[in-house]
Amino acid sequence: MPALTMTPATRMGLSISAAVGLYGISFGALAVGAGLAVWQAQALSLLMFTGGSQFGFIGVVGAAGSPLTALSTALLLGTRNALYGIQMNALLRPRGLTRLLAAHLTIDESTATAVAQPDRDEQVRGFWTAGIGVFVLWNSFTLCGALLGNSLGDPSRYGLDGAAVAGFLGLLWPRLRRRDGRAIAALCAVVTLLVTPVLAAGLPIIVAAVVAFGVAVLQQRRGTRRDEDDDLSDLPHHPPEHVQHPHREDS
Amino acid sequence: MSLTNALLLSCLLCYATKLVGFLVPDRHLEHPLVGAASATMTAGLLAALVATNTFVAEGHLTVDARVVSLAVASLALWLRAPFIVVVILGAAAAAATRALGWG
Repeated sequence: MPALTMTPATRMGLSISAAVGLYGISFGALAVGAGLAVWQAQALSLLMFTGGSQFGFIGVVGAAGSPLTALSTALLLGTRNALYGIQMNALLRPRGLTRLLAAHLTIDESTATAVAQPDRDEQVRGFWTAGIGVFVLWNSFTLCGALLGNSLGDPSRYGLDGAAVAGFLGLLWPRLRRRDGRAIAALCAVVTLLVTPVLAAGLPIIVAAVVAFGVAVLQQRRGTRRDEDDDLSDLPHHPPEHVQHPHREDS
Repeated sequence: MSLTNALLLSCLLCYATKLVGFLVPDRHLEHPLVGAASATMTAGLLAALVATNTFVAEGHLTVDARVVSLAVASLALWLRAPFIVVVILGAAAAAATRALGWG
């Protein structure tokens, strides 16, 4: 694992970890407030380790919903992690036990930090730094919150939610230099916000990913068709069956 | 189902959800569409995270102090500030806005 050296990716991973991990204190306090034992709150942070699902689970429990409803809520909110898993698998190609560990650390922050990096070594560093960093801080602060309650105050008083906004924007920023990056980012941001009122939390991001995937399919198909137009203009008597394979791979 | 059982089963299923993507065989990851999609999905995913972290609270659209964080962070990035400085300014902007009594 090419880690332990300070690079842009590790610095980004650590900054994101600090911005997000401290929110564990809110989770711990809310979990105990919802009626969970301290060890149950801690088990969620250690074993579930995906913030949206954890907040969803204790939200249902706190509202006196059934354990089965809590389970399905957590599962629904965690669906996007399957998508992240595919992306991280394609990027990191972990093997053996590393794969099992990488899966556990696959969350918004580790995925975002990894995909924002320019090359594979940095992607690997970004993923592990953010994944381990958030894990350690999120779990430590879950315990603090569960034991101390909200006596330290709401983390948003210290602007930690603003730190997360700035962090994710910083990861997105290099993609906005190109016009197509700006167009996709704007499209996905708008779509995410449009579907937010009608979908359960966690799902709008999946819709954004589907839209982005659709753009990739359209781009590739248009690229392929342009190639074929070129072929046809070069070779006016080209056999027509060539045209019937629009999905032929680009060389 | 007891709460503890539901909790442990939820953890197991959430882990399984994460693991699914890692079990996709390499040959499917070599498909050219995966490469093309990873570029667009990176921009799309990060933009969606920025949007939800800025404008969504408890499943509802809201405008609060985080908008000021977004503006200040944009300005800092435009001025080529280092990442950590951008993050700290984002926090300071939201904290200051709330201290002034808004959002």
